[in-house]
Amino acid sequence: MHELGITRNIVAIVSERSRGQQVLRVTLEVGRLSGMFAEAIRFCFDVCSKGTPLAGATLEIIEIEGRGHCDACGAEPVMAAPLGRCPVCREPRLRIVAGTELKIREMEVESCV
Amino acid sequence: MCVTCGCGDGETTVQKMGDEHGHDHAHPHVHTHADGTTHAHGHSHDHEHPHAHAHGRDHAHPHAHTHDLHVPGRDAQTIALETAVLGKNQALAERNRGWLAGRGVLALNLMSSPGAGKTTLLERCIRDLKGQVAISVVEGDQATIFDAERIRATGAPAVQVNTGTGCHLEAEMLGRALELLQPARGSLLVIENVGNLVCPALFDLGEAARVVIFSVTEGEDKPLKYPHMFSSADVLLLSKTDLLPHLRVDLRRMIDNALAVNPRLKIIPVSAYSGDGLDTWYGWLRDELATLKATP
Repeated sequence: MHELGITRNIVAIVSERSRGQQVLRVTLEVGRLSGMFAEAIRFCFDVCSKGTPLAGATLEIIEIEGRGHCDACGAEPVMAAPLGRCPVCREPRLRIVAGTELKIREMEVESCV
Repeated sequence: MCVTCGCGDGETTVQKMGDEHGHDHAHPHVHTHADGTTHAHGHSHDHEHPHAHAHGRDHAHPHAHTHDLHVPGRDAQTIALETAVLGKNQALAERNRGWLAGRGVLALNLMSSPGAGKTTLLERCIRDLKGQVAISVVEGDQATIFDAERIRATGAPAVQVNTGTGCHLEAEMLGRALELLQPARGSLLVIENVGNLVCPALFDLGEAARVVIFSVTEGEDKPLKYPHMFSSADVLLLSKTDLLPHLRVDLRRMIDNALAVNPRLKIIPVSAYSGDGLDTWYGWLRDELATLKATP
């Protein structure tokens, strides 16, 4: 699964930015339309963080709901999957406007003494 | 570890086919850290969220981890990273896109499940369009150079990317392949991705369009089961139509399901063996190439 690779990349990015300080918490934004399964990232995190400044850190995942905007009628329906027609007017002019995020929002690190 | 998504423990190799002195192996990846689109804010406990997530939706904040290192009295600081995990891939994809546009090369990302008929269709296209459209190919597979050799046998230039354990191609790999391949100005570049209906859809390579090949043997429900792949496609080639007399597939339902996921999909039933539908497919290719040529 690609979440393993993605999680390794998250650990690599945060490790580099932590500059050797212990990471206490990492907050991710994972959109429900991102193609990433948040629980799989959570599953991989313990393994991927071993031996890195993230070992033992809390992983917070904020799941962002999928939302579309219909260019035909202006409706902004919730989208559980990237499926194509507007549920209100049935036109095929639905654009995804939220829910594809895959982002490291912030990290909390131990301060240098 | 692949720098963009981390998959693959070994090195990814990129080799050009047809080198008389043996394969020209690219140097192994230097595994640098991804720094992509980072912007570090100052040291503060300010949890302000600069991106306005409007529409008042409901955040779930699951805290599943049990070991919590927030020891009372310990000093800690929160640093906003706002880093797109795939930021580096995105940046490299845009670089590829610019490079290709500068040369007027039409790049197609060809994706499908393993065995849907990508390479066979490509062989047929190259032979049919010989003398009319210059085509070069980037082949992506975990292992072997079989597909690139098949393409070379048709007379078209090809580069083989072996991802090792990687399950999809990424922008960095395409960048390296383009350096070796040097596709001609105004030509067609086909990137045959690793056979996989899941992961390749999530990684922009810098292509102009995505073509998904979906064979009539794969079942009517596939588009609904793999919405990310089908919704990100521009063209859907329904392949192996020569097998229809031997199958009990409901082609209409297959097409309806694909359109339900992506109403803008251009769907062309084709057969690389019988030639069925290929004129329509070649017509689309020619239109796209003409549009690219006309674009300043």
